[in-house]
Amino acid sequence: MSTTETAVRPRSAAAPRPGPRRAERIGRPAAAFLAPFLVLYLLFIIGPALYGLVMSFFNTSLVHPGLGSFAGLSNYADALGSADFWSSLWHTIWFTVLTTPPLIVLAFVFALLADRAPRGRWFFRLAFFMPFILPSAVVALIWFFLYTPGLGLIEVGLAKFGLAAPVWLGDPTWAMPALAITTIWWTLGFNFVLYLAGMQEIPRELYEASSIDGASPWQQIRRVTVPLLGRTTTLVAVLQVIASLKVFDQMYLITQGGPNFATRSILQYIYDEGFTNYRTGYAAALSMLFFVIVLAVSAIWFSIVRRQEKEV
Amino acid sequence: MTSNLSRRAVLKGVAGLGAGVTLAGCSAPVLSGLGTGGAAAGSLAYWNLFGGGDGVRMTQMLDAFRAAHPDIDLKAVTLAWGNPYYTKLSLATLGQKPPDVAIAHLTRMKTLVAADLLEELRPEDLARFGITPDKLDRTAWENGLVQGRAYAVPLDTHPFVMFYNTDVCERAGLLDSAGHLVELNSEEAFLDAMRRAREVTGASGGVVSINADTATPWRVFQSLYSQLGGQVLADGGRRVVIDDAKATQVLTFLRKWTADGLFPAAADYQGAIAAFAEGRAGFYFQGEWEISTFQTAKMPFSMTLFPNIYGGGRYAVQADSHTLVIPKRPHRDAARLDRSLLLIRSFLEQSDTWAAGGHVPAWVPFRDSAAYQAMTPQSSYAAAAQGAVYDPDGWYSGSGSNFEIVTGSAISTVLGGQQSPADALAQMRAQLTNLANTASPI
Repeated sequence: MSTTETAVRPRSAAAPRPGPRRAERIGRPAAAFLAPFLVLYLLFIIGPALYGLVMSFFNTSLVHPGLGSFAGLSNYADALGSADFWSSLWHTIWFTVLTTPPLIVLAFVFALLADRAPRGRWFFRLAFFMPFILPSAVVALIWFFLYTPGLGLIEVGLAKFGLAAPVWLGDPTWAMPALAITTIWWTLGFNFVLYLAGMQEIPRELYEASSIDGASPWQQIRRVTVPLLGRTTTLVAVLQVIASLKVFDQMYLITQGGPNFATRSILQYIYDEGFTNYRTGYAAALSMLFFVIVLAVSAIWFSIVRRQEKEV
Repeated sequence: MTSNLSRRAVLKGVAGLGAGVTLAGCSAPVLSGLGTGGAAAGSLAYWNLFGGGDGVRMTQMLDAFRAAHPDIDLKAVTLAWGNPYYTKLSLATLGQKPPDVAIAHLTRMKTLVAADLLEELRPEDLARFGITPDKLDRTAWENGLVQGRAYAVPLDTHPFVMFYNTDVCERAGLLDSAGHLVELNSEEAFLDAMRRAREVTGASGGVVSINADTATPWRVFQSLYSQLGGQVLADGGRRVVIDDAKATQVLTFLRKWTADGLFPAAADYQGAIAAFAEGRAGFYFQGEWEISTFQTAKMPFSMTLFPNIYGGGRYAVQADSHTLVIPKRPHRDAARLDRSLLLIRSFLEQSDTWAAGGHVPAWVPFRDSAAYQAMTPQSSYAAAAQGAVYDPDGWYSGSGSNFEIVTGSAISTVLGGQQSPADALAQMRAQLTNLANTASPI
């Protein structure tokens, strides 16, 4: 997934450990150490983002230097009036709906199984995390082979049991679920590791105490594991929603947005307009709209989950 | 290491080491790239988008050039086909770091000209290297002119063709006494041949790439539609002029290919190749460049013109040409231009190598030679170059463009059986109208 890089960084937050609270001012040495990163941040994140915002109000073209003629809000009006914008946005949301719940639930279940494994936990950890290390191009190749009509492993395998497989990537109804399955297989490992880390933070005494009180394993999971992993779940969910919304690689590589645009994500639409059609001003406006949507979704999601967490 | 070494000293040392390594690691290419000139005297940069068999042959041609001109430092770069290539070529030229010579499809080259990214090739400069219009394929040359001026030298024409399994066709009774395929020049003759081939293979009559591929469905459609004389765009892409009756006729015919199981309704690019290579289909439809694939597979096959279903006396088939262009750069001296033209001339001279990969050579001295006539099955479809129909003009059109994605997507739904011809046509028209109404960013 395109966003997994961004998701990797806040990993330490997975196992929150209450550290000593110190109200520290940023001293001179700290500032000196931070400066290079700050400069890079301003230069490569804030700067381009502001430039993109400015560009979205102009008819900027990829093949002409400068910003081009002033467009006012027309790029935004075009975007909001474009059926392609809405359909690609819907595809992205549909993908998020298809991937987020399984990626949370399955990661939790597998982490639980691995955590309870009496021995060889390293093996499970490796096995579940392994696909996550693969580059998107390799994932695309593997699943392309699995889904290929007539020859694909899935179709051939199902045929052995007398079952007919759908045309995974050729049928507009099946293409998105197929990509969701691919993505779940590929990225599950990351959430799995977060959950596993969270589980290992739970004091063993709680389980011992509850089993002395006669709690069944199922009750332990419901009353001890799940509540104590609340913060991890919040983190996993928020990161996952954002990651799924920013999907691009696997769709671009496996289906190129097809069949008949059924899997064109919003990021691919932005890419198509900006780089294929040279309309970078319009693409900037699309990006800004999408940025606002991601921001809003994360904010809403965060507030809901936070509230639930307080109630626990 | 001494124990009283302070942490600060270690950090300092590590930082110094890091800086040293970084500078050493990127010294030559990065720093010279950042410099103003970038290129030493006698250098020549060339960009192309060839993979597979084409890539191998292009490397051979470059090696031959290097051997003949050891004084020229030739740097060749191969980039991913399609839109990414054109984006990079455009940006490199805008950034004033273009290659000296680049490959561009004839249909994309015009957009580059409109964006003022290509150098005009003046007749007198070309003539100095013996490149004159009479030595180049007329259709390719004339289609490449922009307002009568030349900006590109065509290297080839690559038409859509028909591959057939000679074993299957023989057993199906589709070969005449001389071993040539019978004419398939009507809907009924075509479908009948596919039926007979299917009886032999036991699987499919023909196969064509449908899934995860928009170019191939577009090429099939455009070949048949232009045989009917149909046009898709007019006024340089500002008007959509699809002829409903003709387009419906073609789409209805295409639906018949897969509806009765003569063709698999689901096949991707590699899957279609595999089906043909393994003898599960008697016919395969694709650009001629796949010739190397089947030669490598050592299967009994031959190639011929895409069937002339509707054209009657006038043949038409979708095609494009690889052309050689010189991107604009400030301060180009005469020597650099000469080196560039020398490379272009060298490519034309090596048309035999290039034609081995299936492309119909644009270089007339070779195309008319006995050597090419003896090259089979390549020479058997050379006539396609004269019937070549290039994608219509438009800023969003050309090989691998959004135009092909929009049209190809709609056509593939008909082949795949997901939409009726009428619905696909309506969708195609709506999306093209949207593109036609968008102000050109060029």
